[in-house]
Amino acid sequence: MTPKIPSSNSTSATPMNRQIAARPTLLGFVQNFSIKTKLILGILGLIFLVGNGLIAFIVIDGRLDGKWYDIRDLGYSIEFLRTKLASNNQELILGYTLGDVLAYWVPAVIGAVGILSFLGGFLLIGSWIERRLLARFQIRTGPNRVGPYGLLQPIADALKLMQKEVLIPIGADKMLFFLPPILVFIPAMLTWGPIPWSANMSYLDINVGLLYVISITSLSVLAVWMAGWASNNHYALLGSMRTVAMMVSYEIPIGLSLLSVVLMTGSLRLSSIVSWQADHYLWLALIMPFAFFTFFFSSTAEINRTPNDIAEAESEIVAGFHTEYSGMKAGLFLAVELGNALLTGALVATFFLGGYTLFGLENWIPGYLILAGKATLGYFFFIWLRGTLPRFRIDQLMSFAWKYLIPLSIAHVLLIAVEVSIVARLESVEWLIYILFVVFNVLITIYAVRSWAKAIGYTSEIEHPQQPVFATQMGGIKAARHIG
Amino acid sequence: MTTSEPYVLNIGPQHPSTHGVFRIRVVMDGEKIQDIDMIVGYLHRSMEKLAEERTYTQNIPFTDRADYLAAMSGNLGLCLAAERLAAVEVPDRASHLRVIFAELQRIASHAMANGTLVSDAGAWQTPLLYMFREREKILDLFEMTCGARLTTNYMRIGGVAFEPPPEFWPALDELVNELPERIDEYAQLVQENEIFVARTRNIGIISPEDAINGSLVGPALRGSGVPWDLRKTEPYCGYDNFEFEVPVGTVGDVYDRFMVRLEETRQSTKIIQQAIDSISDGPHKTDIPLALRPEPGEVYGRVEGPRGELGFYLVSDGSPAPYRFHIRAPSLINLSLLRDMARGASLSDAVVTLGSIDIVVGEIDR
Repeated sequence: MTPKIPSSNSTSATPMNRQIAARPTLLGFVQNFSIKTKLILGILGLIFLVGNGLIAFIVIDGRLDGKWYDIRDLGYSIEFLRTKLASNNQELILGYTLGDVLAYWVPAVIGAVGILSFLGGFLLIGSWIERRLLARFQIRTGPNRVGPYGLLQPIADALKLMQKEVLIPIGADKMLFFLPPILVFIPAMLTWGPIPWSANMSYLDINVGLLYVISITSLSVLAVWMAGWASNNHYALLGSMRTVAMMVSYEIPIGLSLLSVVLMTGSLRLSSIVSWQADHYLWLALIMPFAFFTFFFSSTAEINRTPNDIAEAESEIVAGFHTEYSGMKAGLFLAVELGNALLTGALVATFFLGGYTLFGLENWIPGYLILAGKATLGYFFFIWLRGTLPRFRIDQLMSFAWKYLIPLSIAHVLLIAVEVSIVARLESVEWLIYILFVVFNVLITIYAVRSWAKAIGYTSEIEHPQQPVFATQMGGIKAARHIG
Repeated sequence: MTTSEPYVLNIGPQHPSTHGVFRIRVVMDGEKIQDIDMIVGYLHRSMEKLAEERTYTQNIPFTDRADYLAAMSGNLGLCLAAERLAAVEVPDRASHLRVIFAELQRIASHAMANGTLVSDAGAWQTPLLYMFREREKILDLFEMTCGARLTTNYMRIGGVAFEPPPEFWPALDELVNELPERIDEYAQLVQENEIFVARTRNIGIISPEDAINGSLVGPALRGSGVPWDLRKTEPYCGYDNFEFEVPVGTVGDVYDRFMVRLEETRQSTKIIQQAIDSISDGPHKTDIPLALRPEPGEVYGRVEGPRGELGFYLVSDGSPAPYRFHIRAPSLINLSLLRDMARGASLSDAVVTLGSIDIVVGEIDR
């Protein structure tokens, strides 16, 4: 079905009376299905719901000890596959059996394909979501010509970018210019590794997952710096200098806010952080709102999103570090930007919003759907910010990091450390302590942020309105020679 | 051992925030601007020379293309100058129509100016597109009256070209009724935004003395605290019959210029309302000869355009074509102070300052 083109009403003589045809909506698209299609879709949905519930019931009931058939948590199935494969005793090489090799390679490939296809699928649809949503924020329609509701627009964009010539500017360092689009992709993919998608469904459930995330995400600055340096362009150099300065500054508040998470949960393993939140029925965003805000805001700086998109500030330095990239190389940078926004959404969800759990609901619907929902919600917030806020200047952004976030984050770590030791001594009334801490932390955060801002001399500009005065209040219009 | 040296950054002629084909050579030390050099002329079309070969009426389309965001004001300026040169009387109804269209054009132009200023500050076009709602409706009104949205060519020497169609008036009423509300909404969207305020307050300050010495005009002059508006000081088209205020800034920074423009759109709405109420029946133009031959002499006619004093200097030698045709473009004059404002500022501030001056390159290069 192709969307109707808004056509001008031929009976009206003037453009003012132009009738805009009602735009087709996705809901209307579903409502237009024939009865048969609706019935089939309904039955399929019912089967999905009932089957899902049935499996959940069996699993929760604990009637069966083995869990590999809980297909909603692929971790069990992979585990089952691995044990089956490892039982093959045929010797392959250097004393390793075929089973040993397969037991590591097959799950690894399945997991990588799973994560990459989720990410690839999102990259295909993400730019469409972003453009449509931004268009709605800006009272316009957005892409709606390629495919139904413009859904194929990202594919058309990618095809267009692939056809374009990749230019290498004169004076560019060819090797360094060639590498960054690839290098910037690697950390963006690797960071997905330790994120738990469900109880056992984690590609890389290592015990230093949080350190891994911090260190891998810091790598992309190298690629950005290479791109800016090798382009032989002042805009690119300015953009990459800004990025380096920003990333170096914002690594610290990110590290400190995650340190609070580690103190509270007592683990660097991402799945343990999630299960701590699930066990206590408490999201870390509630008990440490300051760390949550710091992480979210610093992430916008790390991934170049509004209001901190100064590294790619279009109105100032055109496209920042990827000014000179054309064709699919530019497309790769854009795709990474999109993927990083979703990744940050997933990280925020994992660290602060309970990850794949949702107060027991994760037993009834697959955990990876919950995580995907939360990550998309984070992505939606990034789009919302992009549609709303102007951009900071770089000195404002840097002073915000060094004067506000870092001192307050250090104080916050101290606060959380004290609270953790209190909890350790009063384990019998743990839940009461946590409730008290949530209330206390919210209040102390508001108080501390306000008083710190006042202490270092910040005054809200909005509280001192600067309105124009009328000429009559000034004594009327004067000739130029009477002024001054 | 490391040394640092300033480098040259070329902003433009193709750049997202130069508002046209305008080039700035910036000598920068890191993020700080040491010196700037403005290079104009990429859109030069030799308008003033071409005008010497055409009759006064044939020259009106040139004014559309000089300041293409305020075609009506340009039309009005040339027509006023030519009318004064040839001593042509303008009917009362035509004057009212001129006021209505010039003020509509002012609202449309200020919407564009303020919207692009916020875009330059980094808001990803949202405020711009919100303000474009009103601009679209105004351009629709232009279209139904004279068939064109941008290059209107509507004013004529001795009046206006066409009587607006009957459906124009209800549409105008509707627009004028909803405008104040929409302007408030827009002001709320931007004015209460801490980031926007932090980006524009105390940036690109021009003192009143500098503004006068630099011959600034329009919102840039009024933003610096100089109460000067040609509609009050030298009323034309019966502006002295309308009640309106001239907003004047207090600090002279980017934010003041923004707020002055916003307030001017409110005042323009008031003027349009009064013009609608007081418009009388009658002819919409006086007939003039096809080839108007003014007495030999010279005249300088000026109007308060959206960007400031838009002047037309015409010299007649008694022939149908002007002997000399000169446009005093407010954008060009206002731009001359960019160097003082941008020196020592950061690149981000310079871009916002340039946005606040509201240049139209078609007018600068002519």
